[in-house]
Amino acid sequence: MSDEVAISVTVNGQVEHVRVEPRLLLVHLLRDELGLTGSHVGCDTSNCGACTVQLDGQSCKSCTVLAVQADGSEVKTIEGMGTEDDLHPLQEGFWAKHGLQCGYCTPGMIMAAADLLERTPNPTEEEIRHGLEGNLCRCTGYHNIVKAVQHAATAMQSAEVSA
Amino acid sequence: MIPAEFDYVAPDTLQEAIAARTAGGEDAKFLAGGHSLLPLMKLRLAAPTLLVDLRKVPGLSGVTRENGHWRIGAMTRHAVLQDSHELGAISTVAAGIADQQIRNRGTIGGSLAHGDPASDLTTAFLAYEGTLTATGPDGPREVAATEFFQDYLTTALAEDEVITEVRMPRLEGYGYGYEKFTRRAEDWAMVGVVALVKQADDGTCEDVRIAMTNMGSTPLRARAAEDALRGRPLDAGSIAEAAGHAADGTDPPADRNASEAYKRHLAQVMTRRALTSATK
Amino acid sequence: MTLMDDRTSGNHVGRSLRRKEDPRLITGQATYVDDINITGLLHAAIVRSPEAHAKILSIDASAAMARDDVHAVYTGEDMADLLAPLPMAWAPDGVEVHNPEHWPLARGEVKHVGDPVAIVLGTDRYAVIDAAEDVLVEYEPLPVVTDIEQALEPGHALVHEQFGTNEVHKWSLGGGDMEAGFAAADVIIERRVVNHRVSGAPIEPRGVLADYKAGAITVHTSTQVPHFVRLFMGLMLGISEERVRIIAPEVGGGFGAKLQVTGEEMLCAWASRKTRKPVKWIETRSEHMATCHHGRDQIATVRLGAKRDGTLTAMHADIVADMGAYLMLLTPTIPSLGAFVMGGVYKIPAITTDITGVFTNKCATDAIRGAGRPEATHMVEVCMDQLADELGMDRLELRRKNFIPKEAFPYETALGIVYDSGDYHAALDLLMEKLDLPALEREKEELAAKGIRRGIGFSTYTEICGLAPSRVTGPAGFGLQTGLWESAIVRVTVTGAVTVYTGTSPHGQGHETTMAQVVADKLGVDPQNVEIMHGDTGTGAMGLGTYGSRTTAVGTESVARASDKVVEKAKAIVAHALEAAPEDIELRDGKFSVQGSPDKGMTLAEVSGMAHVRPELLPEGMAPGLDETSFYDPNNFVFPFGAHACVVDVEEDTGKVKVVRYVAIDDCGPAINPTIIDGQVHGGIAQAIGQALYEHVMYDEDGQLVTGTFVDYALPTAAELPSFETDRTETPSPVNSLGVKGIGEAGTIAASPAVLNAVVDALRPLGVTYLNMPLSSESVWNAITEGSRA
Repeated sequence: MSDEVAISVTVNGQVEHVRVEPRLLLVHLLRDELGLTGSHVGCDTSNCGACTVQLDGQSCKSCTVLAVQADGSEVKTIEGMGTEDDLHPLQEGFWAKHGLQCGYCTPGMIMAAADLLERTPNPTEEEIRHGLEGNLCRCTGYHNIVKAVQHAATAMQSAEVSA
Repeated sequence: MIPAEFDYVAPDTLQEAIAARTAGGEDAKFLAGGHSLLPLMKLRLAAPTLLVDLRKVPGLSGVTRENGHWRIGAMTRHAVLQDSHELGAISTVAAGIADQQIRNRGTIGGSLAHGDPASDLTTAFLAYEGTLTATGPDGPREVAATEFFQDYLTTALAEDEVITEVRMPRLEGYGYGYEKFTRRAEDWAMVGVVALVKQADDGTCEDVRIAMTNMGSTPLRARAAEDALRGRPLDAGSIAEAAGHAADGTDPPADRNASEAYKRHLAQVMTRRALTSATK
Repeated sequence: MTLMDDRTSGNHVGRSLRRKEDPRLITGQATYVDDINITGLLHAAIVRSPEAHAKILSIDASAAMARDDVHAVYTGEDMADLLAPLPMAWAPDGVEVHNPEHWPLARGEVKHVGDPVAIVLGTDRYAVIDAAEDVLVEYEPLPVVTDIEQALEPGHALVHEQFGTNEVHKWSLGGGDMEAGFAAADVIIERRVVNHRVSGAPIEPRGVLADYKAGAITVHTSTQVPHFVRLFMGLMLGISEERVRIIAPEVGGGFGAKLQVTGEEMLCAWASRKTRKPVKWIETRSEHMATCHHGRDQIATVRLGAKRDGTLTAMHADIVADMGAYLMLLTPTIPSLGAFVMGGVYKIPAITTDITGVFTNKCATDAIRGAGRPEATHMVEVCMDQLADELGMDRLELRRKNFIPKEAFPYETALGIVYDSGDYHAALDLLMEKLDLPALEREKEELAAKGIRRGIGFSTYTEICGLAPSRVTGPAGFGLQTGLWESAIVRVTVTGAVTVYTGTSPHGQGHETTMAQVVADKLGVDPQNVEIMHGDTGTGAMGLGTYGSRTTAVGTESVARASDKVVEKAKAIVAHALEAAPEDIELRDGKFSVQGSPDKGMTLAEVSGMAHVRPELLPEGMAPGLDETSFYDPNNFVFPFGAHACVVDVEEDTGKVKVVRYVAIDDCGPAINPTIIDGQVHGGIAQAIGQALYEHVMYDEDGQLVTGTFVDYALPTAAELPSFETDRTETPSPVNSLGVKGIGEAGTIAASPAVLNAVVDALRPLGVTYLNMPLSSESVWNAITEGSRA
């Protein structure tokens, strides 16, 4: 085996010091080493987006990032977005608008949508659809995912106004 | 699917990185954003023995303006270009690459070094007649876009050279158009066309550059179409006529989305559309 | 946080409650197979054939075994102790079906790319993948069969030598006088209708975690059918069924792809028994594309006859169906399922479907969302447009003229199938109201000037679901298969909490919510306090799984019936306590009380408390507890229906098709949860648009899979699809007490002909009269080019 590399990654605010094989994918670091199984793997070719997390504030496909590349970085996963008692507006939006069925793509979809709303706080339907083109869903036909993101955008905008 | 084993270093300086790459021999690779390389490694279509990660090397990222050029650090991510609207066509092309997650990680240097004729920035680089700096053990050298792409996934980059900077002329007074024909939004282009057009005061075409994605083993200039338009009035008729020459002399590879004949046809349609937007 | 919408009391059925399953799914806390780990587990990687057809000459695992972290490598020879091959569960009387033995690991020969050859077990997930690459298999290539029509020609290479033919079987279903029907026709159209191969492609690939301990085995598997897996695992491994426990944890989508008893499930279970260690296999997407069964892949010659006035007289479908290399659980049954609704929503006096199954060196086909019914609907609806064109008649007028009228229900078709209920005119009327056809037609001309061809396509459909009434499907009926009943247990605990056990196994459909809504209304409780347990053969009710849009019509009905029994017992208890007659007890506002005296009464919690804590107070002879089971075998299928319209814009100069509007009216009986129904319809439509425009499992002539990843197998993304416009009519089914029909597949069944008809409609002015799927931009551009030339 290739020599392990010592890295530190801040995951959902928690600093993690781990030694990893250079080829370890970030998604496997999160899932298998750190027990954060909310990020999923759905393909081999960086298409499906089920593994999407935020790396230093930007969405990325954690199946296409080596854990060693995340050394010194901050990672946010679905587990860092909100809990069932304190949902992130996007989580709330997906629930309120039936934006999920089997739920497998949902964490990645939410993390991609978070980047989208960061870049485009008040997106049109077309901007949402293009903003999520890196995430595949087989259940919803995306109809209610679009609604969920709109719901979240409105909630986040009004929260900002009142803040 | 996971990559085969490899060794890994992340040097702090460019010199160390080049030295590590040289010491690693022919199976060593530089790693930038990894979005060309890692997908191939996961499918085991590439199996480098050593990755030299450039992420700690200072000074490789960012866009600056200098002497009529844009200087773009090789490690500048597509998303940064996407957001740099002042870059005109380059920004538009970058915004059309794959999806946001990939744009957030992929870099211009990595994309050019991979030399894929299906990738978007290679075409823009060719259309702009940009230059890049390739730095190796003997120091930096400049390579022009026209010299850079040699064959399928083959560039003028020597084994132990790394792209450190890309320069694009600012092309004041040029209009641009970019057309990417895909099956799905996130897919590679079946055919893509970047058109840059400078209109003379009399409304004729003073200069035009057209580059095409995925029409050969490297990104290609549509010289016949350019020649047909240069000096002509920029109206629908001459644009259509020029676009009709877009596929002249090309031998596009068929793939499962498009036959050779269809690609040649698409090249003409996309060229017409790109020229039309460039002259609006 | 609340599940409720703006209403806070009253019935829950019919309301769009938020889903009970979502909090765990939106926070990343759900547990899919790959999220489960057991100490000491071995990871499995499977060595698969790169050849489409070959003899295995040798297998050398020494290099793999020499690797650190590798525990064992097994091949087909090592598995000689299996008691039976993988199952194919269709054996109708009088039909000869060539069924080759199909083992979890190939024995002697491989029959398609991806056929499993060896399993590598080791302690490290990454190491076993490396080791699998080190297993050296020597193959001697054999001739490859890929084209189903050529495969039937004499002297053609064979997939399975022992049968002397590539024909799997022949099966027919017909009724009425075909000869007279076609003789009476003034016009007969004949079309070759191709329905290409697709993949179910749930975003969660398959996965198995098998744990054998002390003679018993527990298997977590991403499946739609845990009870089937249990039955066949016991038989194959020689483990008595009570010691086999199958658990479907959170399942990340199925679409039929997980309606299977798979070699990998058996392989992991066998390997766990062999090694006495838990064994986990997680499918890669590349493996999924090559080895998880595909769907469709039929070529049909369809003839449709009509009188000059449009009255249909006869329909014949001659289907050649690609079964792939092996027959899996339902492989040869799939085209037959379509035969039952051949003829669709129309009165046709004579209908016949002839099916020929064919072996090829490809992955097996089997049920994928709709399973036979999308193919049949596609044939009917595409040919209706073709016929209208031929007759010079409006395509909707032709449909309306032939609709089975609502007064005719229950309606026995020429095939002897009895459609339960329907009102096809109402659905089409509502569709036209939503669509605003005149506006679309006006836009057509404006767009044509810009090189955009607009087309509008329709599909009016019915489908057959609610598998399966034994009297209709069993030996006494059509002999298609046995019946497929469901059972449910409704258990009220001492505190009045309700746990419902169902034998169905949902994987995204929201049954934890919809079943809870039904039970909540039956028992007068809050759906928040009704927990639905599913997908575990060890702890719950018997059942046959979730597929074929059966869960609501069969599974939820059995839940409703078990709830009724609980209510009956509760009433008897309350009547006894209040010294009243059971028939005088009513349940109102959450309280069981004597009619007319609402103050005196007991809540379900009080009844259940008494039934558990004070059984001595129960009526003489009544057993303690409040826990009832109900088995339910429906007496007929149910037949959802609807009318869909698709609006496309086609770029004349590239052939690119964009779906700009999609309007769907569906009728699945009274809605339990309208939002969930809409969601099912959205997903179904998207899957059919995917097939019509983007998705195509392709093999080359050497049997190599061309579309082995999500790069090549193109699922539509959000950017390709429009928002959908949905609405419903509600025509109750007389078959079950809830009046419900299925909705999971309706969108997929209805939508592909709507898309295709729309594209043909768009291009008709350019001389294009007929197309087959998939409508890639190049194929459409070719049609435009040729059409203009013609």
